[in-house]
Amino acid sequence: MLLISCPFCGERPEDEFGFGGDASVRHQGGGDGTEPASVEQYADYLYLRDNPKGRHAEYWVHRYGCRRWLVAERDTVTHEIFSVKSASEGGTG
Amino acid sequence: MTGSNLDWTIVRYSVFSLARQALAGHAGWPEAWRKPEPKRRYDVVIIGGGGHGLATAYYLAKLHGITNVAVLERGWIGGGNTGRNTTIVRSNYFLKDNAFFYEHALKLWEGLSLDLNFNVMFSQRGNIILTHDFGGAEGATMRYNALRLNGIDGEFLTREEVRRRVPDLDFSPTARFPVFGAMNQPRSGVARHDAVAWGFARAADRRGVDIIENCEVTGFDIANGQVTGVRTSRGEIGAGKVGIAVAGHSGTVAAMAGLRLPIETHLLQAMVSEPVKPFLDTVVISPGLHLYVSQTDKGEVLMGGALDGYNSYSQRGTWPAIEDVVSASVALLPRLRGLKLMRTWGGVMDMTMDGAPIISKTPIQHLYLNGGWCYGGFKATPGSGWVFASTIANDAPHPLNEGFSLDRFRSGRTLTERGVGNLPHHH
Ligand SMILES: Cc1cc2nc3c(=O)[nH]c(=O)nc-3n(C[C@H](O)[C@H](O)[C@H](O)COP(=O)(O)OP(=O)(O)OC[C@H]3O[C@@H](n4cnc5c(N)ncnc54)[C@H](O)[C@@H]3O)c2cc1C
Ligand SMILES: [Zn+2]
Repeated sequence: MLLISCPFCGERPEDEFGFGGDASVRHQGGGDGTEPASVEQYADYLYLRDNPKGRHAEYWVHRYGCRRWLVAERDTVTHEIFSVKSASEGGTG
Repeated sequence: MTGSNLDWTIVRYSVFSLARQALAGHAGWPEAWRKPEPKRRYDVVIIGGGGHGLATAYYLAKLHGITNVAVLERGWIGGGNTGRNTTIVRSNYFLKDNAFFYEHALKLWEGLSLDLNFNVMFSQRGNIILTHDFGGAEGATMRYNALRLNGIDGEFLTREEVRRRVPDLDFSPTARFPVFGAMNQPRSGVARHDAVAWGFARAADRRGVDIIENCEVTGFDIANGQVTGVRTSRGEIGAGKVGIAVAGHSGTVAAMAGLRLPIETHLLQAMVSEPVKPFLDTVVISPGLHLYVSQTDKGEVLMGGALDGYNSYSQRGTWPAIEDVVSASVALLPRLRGLKLMRTWGGVMDMTMDGAPIISKTPIQHLYLNGGWCYGGFKATPGSGWVFASTIANDAPHPLNEGFSLDRFRSGRTLTERGVGNLPHHH
């Protein structure tokens, strides 16, 4: 069982959370008023992922808690969690 | 036994060799495959000594006359997902690309023990895929009609027919998950997973393939957009062509060649109970509960469920997934209540974003990718090796794997069985 330290609720078991995947994925174009994405950029945004064996920055949502989106940095082999931040502060996406 | 001096008359498994070895106290069996030192160069190097890599090497040698082949395995043969799965073999897919590919694999399974001279214990005991309500039955019927149109076997069982086939399911009026009916593919079944790896390894070795264990690939040599060899923990090895077949490690190995894949690596667990007398002679699957249960030849109840739910390379899972599987199993099959859980284990799964595999050329010349097997690569094993060998030998996909190209994610030709979006947890 992972214990995830929600910055708002404290340490909680993993089954209170939902997983949101690679937090380095950025929406391509459009939304932030820049040029629209090319088809290739958009496909890469939809489908390509960092998939490291080791440290991984990833989204979690505290579904059965405060319902906030978080960004955790976790090791995908040892499951050690190095940091958990609110996505609005710590997110890269 | 060492080197190439194997006496194949002893090695061929038959009732006669068994009798002869029995008289000799079973002391004379030779190793099933050699342990050669890597050569400096091969026509084809396959990375990954799981079922898929070994099958690829076997079919390269058998069907394409390419025998100067090495299979490089980081650990030992059968130590990956090949030896960790719940061994379900079926071809009941909806989309044509999936259906025809998996059906081709199923046909190879039907002759595999004979072809390999190794008993892979393929047992066509069916897959009873339960539906718990009318809507589920409608969806399942649509799928099976598609199967029938594609010339693949399938049948719908009523609640009473399911009761006759699997009397231990909970048919009581208070059942938590009532049985409405079921789909079955009579030709589907299970096989002995280790035997598949060992059988392909031995058969490939007999045709001259070098199987090199404890040899981890750590990088590629690429010149002018073409791969020319691999770097390994046992030195550099030159290669005319290189095929990647590393399942859960597809992303990390492809990254060594500068490729980013539409794949996430996730953990899937399975577990067995203590052995009990035979009571279940088929596979019971509930797609609604995401559960599959069968009984092994040793009598253990073998259960599997869904992914742990977050990227993982640890081959070791956590409690919530085990609890889900066990509680659903007990709800469906009340007689499991009170059984002791004997072992749990996990494997790292290469989950594509549409649930279909990738068997494809890559942007790098002479580098080929076989991966993205999600939950379902065991059943694909012979078919996967068969089409991957063809793809490598001809530098072009076979019609059976044309749809499994890496660029389908850019061209929009994704293969989603359920018709939903880009999520890395499909089958
Ligand atoms: C719990 C569980 C249940 C499953 N149940 C089913 C099922 O019922 N039916 C079904 O069809 N499928 C099932 N699967 C999926 C199936 O097991 C896999 O899709 C399939 O085995 C993958 O192909 P493979 O056999 O070649 O993989 P593997 O056996 O994992 O082979 C890949 C090999 O590559 C090696 N490797 C990795 N990196 C390197 C490197 N850098 N250099 C050299 N070698 C390397 C690994 O050590 C490994 O041996 C299940 C999987 C799991 C984990
Ligand atoms: Zn919280």
